[in-house]
Amino acid sequence: MTSLSPQDQAVEIQEHHEESHPDHRMFGLATFLVADAMTFAGFFAAYLTFKAVNPLLPGAVYELELPLPTLNTILLLVSSATFHRAGVNLRRSDMQRCRRWLLLTAVLGLAFLVSQMVEYFTLPFGLTDNLYASTFYALTGFHGLHVTLGALMILIVWWQCRTPEGRVTADNHFPLEAAELYWHFVDGIWVVLFVILYLI
Amino acid sequence: MILVLGGLWIGQNINLLPVDASVNAPIYDELFRVLFSIGTILFVGIVGLVVFSLVRFRRKAGQIGDGIALEGNLPLEIFWTAVPAIVVLFVGLFSYDIYERMGGMVPLGHGGHGDSQATEERVWGGIGTAGAMQASSEMLVPPLPVEVTAMQFAFLFHYPEGDIISGELHVPSGRPISLKMEAKDVIHAFWVPEFRLKQDIIPGQPTLLNFTPTRPGRYPVVCAELCGPYHGGMRSTVVVESADDYDAWFQANRKLPVSEA
Amino acid sequence: MTLTLPQQSKPPSLQPTGWLRYLSFSVDHKVIGLQYLVCGFAFYLIGGALAGAIRTELTSPVADFMPRDVYNQVLTLHGTVMIFLWIVPVVNGAFGNYLIPFYVGARDMAFPRLNAVAFWLIPPAGLLLITSYFITGAAQSGWTAYPPLSLTTPATGQIIWILSVLLLGGSSIFGGINFIATILKLRRPGLKLMQLPMYCWAMLGTSILVVLSTPVLAGTLILLSFDIVAHTGFFNPGMGGNVVVYQHLFWFYSHPAVYIMVLPAFGLVSEILPIHCRKPLFGYTTMVYSIMAIVVLGLVVWAHHMFTSGTPPWMRLFFTIATAFIAVPTGIKFFNWIATLWGGKISLNSAILFSCGFIVNFVLGGITGVALAQVPFDVHVHDTYFVVAHFHYIVYGGSVFVIFASVYHWFPKVTGRMLDENLGRFHFLLTFIGFNLCFAPQHWLGLNGMPRRVAEYDPQFAFVNQISSVGALLMALSTLPFLWNVIASARSGEIAGDNPWRALTPEWLTTSPPPVENWKGEPPLVTHPYGYGIPADQIDLKDASGSDLWSNGR
Ligand code: HEM
Ligand SMILES: [Cu+2]
Ligand SMILES: [Cu+2]
Repeated sequence: MTSLSPQDQAVEIQEHHEESHPDHRMFGLATFLVADAMTFAGFFAAYLTFKAVNPLLPGAVYELELPLPTLNTILLLVSSATFHRAGVNLRRSDMQRCRRWLLLTAVLGLAFLVSQMVEYFTLPFGLTDNLYASTFYALTGFHGLHVTLGALMILIVWWQCRTPEGRVTADNHFPLEAAELYWHFVDGIWVVLFVILYLI
Repeated sequence: MILVLGGLWIGQNINLLPVDASVNAPIYDELFRVLFSIGTILFVGIVGLVVFSLVRFRRKAGQIGDGIALEGNLPLEIFWTAVPAIVVLFVGLFSYDIYERMGGMVPLGHGGHGDSQATEERVWGGIGTAGAMQASSEMLVPPLPVEVTAMQFAFLFHYPEGDIISGELHVPSGRPISLKMEAKDVIHAFWVPEFRLKQDIIPGQPTLLNFTPTRPGRYPVVCAELCGPYHGGMRSTVVVESADDYDAWFQANRKLPVSEA
Repeated sequence: MTLTLPQQSKPPSLQPTGWLRYLSFSVDHKVIGLQYLVCGFAFYLIGGALAGAIRTELTSPVADFMPRDVYNQVLTLHGTVMIFLWIVPVVNGAFGNYLIPFYVGARDMAFPRLNAVAFWLIPPAGLLLITSYFITGAAQSGWTAYPPLSLTTPATGQIIWILSVLLLGGSSIFGGINFIATILKLRRPGLKLMQLPMYCWAMLGTSILVVLSTPVLAGTLILLSFDIVAHTGFFNPGMGGNVVVYQHLFWFYSHPAVYIMVLPAFGLVSEILPIHCRKPLFGYTTMVYSIMAIVVLGLVVWAHHMFTSGTPPWMRLFFTIATAFIAVPTGIKFFNWIATLWGGKISLNSAILFSCGFIVNFVLGGITGVALAQVPFDVHVHDTYFVVAHFHYIVYGGSVFVIFASVYHWFPKVTGRMLDENLGRFHFLLTFIGFNLCFAPQHWLGLNGMPRRVAEYDPQFAFVNQISSVGALLMALSTLPFLWNVIASARSGEIAGDNPWRALTPEWLTTSPPPVENWKGEPPLVTHPYGYGIPADQIDLKDASGSDLWSNGR
């Protein structure tokens, strides 16, 4: 089917790979996050419409306490700041500090998850109790999934920058930057979620 | 010009629809004729241009060389942006007017149901809400309320005035009818092609549909929303009859004495 | 900032060559494009067989050919296969992957690995869907899967349907991200956006729609699966849920989805017409703006599918207006194409015939579309065969005709051999007649009272349904000359040479078939992809007629 012999092709590929590419992975990630944000937007729209047109059935309980989620908000916001510090230190090639900040970020993220679990277990309603309960768990659960993934990513990056010769270095900061962008995104979604679910 | 006239003529003389049997059906048919005329003109015009170009500008045997290097023509492009815009605007305004006359723009909650003080539940309007009544000559006649229940795979009609339950919808010609529809299981739709009316029947939120039948006869009631294996068989009949015939039917079937309407 | 991507420095010997690479996890955009095309066509044959079953059932007014629940399964599979496994992957994945890197002057897509992943999600998803029919029974609630019906029909089939649509949606999103990155970031230095071939703009618009709307469908289907599996009540009225919210979310994706199916087709036609008319594409700039206008408007018209769902009057009004206005940018494109034909030197080959067939069919579909956008009109014909006719004029008469046109046009590039023109014209004739015979009568059926998605119907419609089924049979037969043509020509067709159409777009400025990485040397810089034609003042006056001069605006 092809006019080139396999050897020719192999030669070509190798030649080509000596050229270097600009890196578009951050752009790709950002586009993906737009898509991800649309998933949340769909959920938020559904929640708000339900709230506007479907009254609670008689006997349904839907009460949310504020202290724990407020604490959660603070945890996430602080973790965004600590992640930023980690990035700054990586660019300075200060791996020691970078790793310390990363670890702190991961711990904050895990603390968020724990506190979210505590909230789940103390809420007076379960997943299938009523429409709002279901929407509440769907939204926070989907977000929690994102936090879990984010925390895992942070730990992986933390592992990868353990030595100056590791995979993540000041020269190859894509993994860290990607995780950081993702983490800020997840925090941003939480703020919107907090406002819509708890404050409105 | 010939095209326009031809299109108008076809549009006015085409007869693709079933008989009209409600007040809003002739209004609908008016809209249909206008849309059909415009559609025919556009379609024949564009197809004509395409076929003409293909024939006139085809490459003859042995011909080589290119066409003219024409990359665009702003006035021409503005012209054919404006024309569809105007057509669409006209169609939109016209259909809005038709819709208004069919009663579509009446705010919800003004249905013909007397028990509206009891409706804490959300009632969703269909077309013809209240408006069809204003259009009818018997404006002062109160509408006849009927409750429709749709389930897999049948319609049930309940007449609160006589506590009649029927599998067929009997309605007197010339009197506004107000349907309040509820579904038991999945979404169904109430469609009478001869009335040109359709409304989904949605579980969990009653819907309203008002209309005034005009032409006595038996017409099909068709379910128009996929509702399960027997969806195609989910049909009933609406019997439009003269006021007297309807009265006879009503008296023969009623279970409750009625305070005269 | 430049760096060598580690994942690409894999030794090339790991990539199989020869025909085997078409079954492999190849990262070559041309291989992936063909994988999409062949895989999509296989599913087209399956979807076509399902359509044949539907039309056979409908030759008689009673449900006698298959049980009613099987009919609904067949109906659901047909819709899902044709949309998610044939048209979307082929007009986007197949032609997008093959052509976009050429058009931007790149050697591959921005993310070749992701690209291969996106393709390899499709066969498993499709097989899952098809096998569900044999193992547990497929979903029965139509491609729209409206609850509560989708909650009450057998759960396994519905869950498998959701799973497979989620996989296909994921594939589509990955593809979209890749196209956006490739078009915006991978352009060869010196190539400006407004110099790109029109198909790039179409794919950019489409990919924006994909990225913005597909995730909403994914989220919605996840909620639906919760309702089925975990017994939540999002869309279950018995538990206080709201079924209309599902419809809003579903159509927020599925109306843009129709543009995901047709915008790339618009782009492909814009590539094919100028080459075979030997004229520049008319009105490049307005074409670009109208694509973008369609993208924006396409996102805000979804509720025109819900005019009978009890939507409030203001909403109906808004969506009527928005929908009707889509006709304006669409109209611009059609007039521009006709102006491209006008005054050309048109070769009446199969590619042009299918393209013009597309114009004719789509205009009819667009006209019925604008009519459907008018609430009072739609209230009568919603969910009837009129709608079936409308959207088949668009997706079959539009997108599928363009796919065929594109195959005739790019076959020489891909294989280095020409297709047989006589067989091609015969194929066109059979398809065009069969298609119109099948779908034109359905307008009448809908207007006169035949609802869609039924296995049995009022006997007065039997005759017209039989006509329609004959048309369907012709359409089925028309694939035979096509298949024969493709197979025979790939083996022993006339040798095409590198550029049989004397085209200027970059994919023709290399060998046929193109080498891995597309060009032997530097990618060519094509700043005038449509620079055909003789300037008007050099036209030989003997040849020119009054209409040539008139069309030049003099
Ligand atoms: C001129 C532009 C168009 C307009 C104004 C338009 C309008 C409409 C309207 C109002 C409906 C709803 C009918 C109903 O269910 O009652 C509809 C249905 C549909 N349209 Fe279009 N349309 C247009 C173009 C397209 C295009 C480009 C496609 C696909 C490539 C398309 C595919 C469909 C499909 C698949 C349905 C039926 C969906 C279903 O119910 O399963 N339309 N169209
Ligand atoms: Cu039904
Ligand atoms: Cu639509």
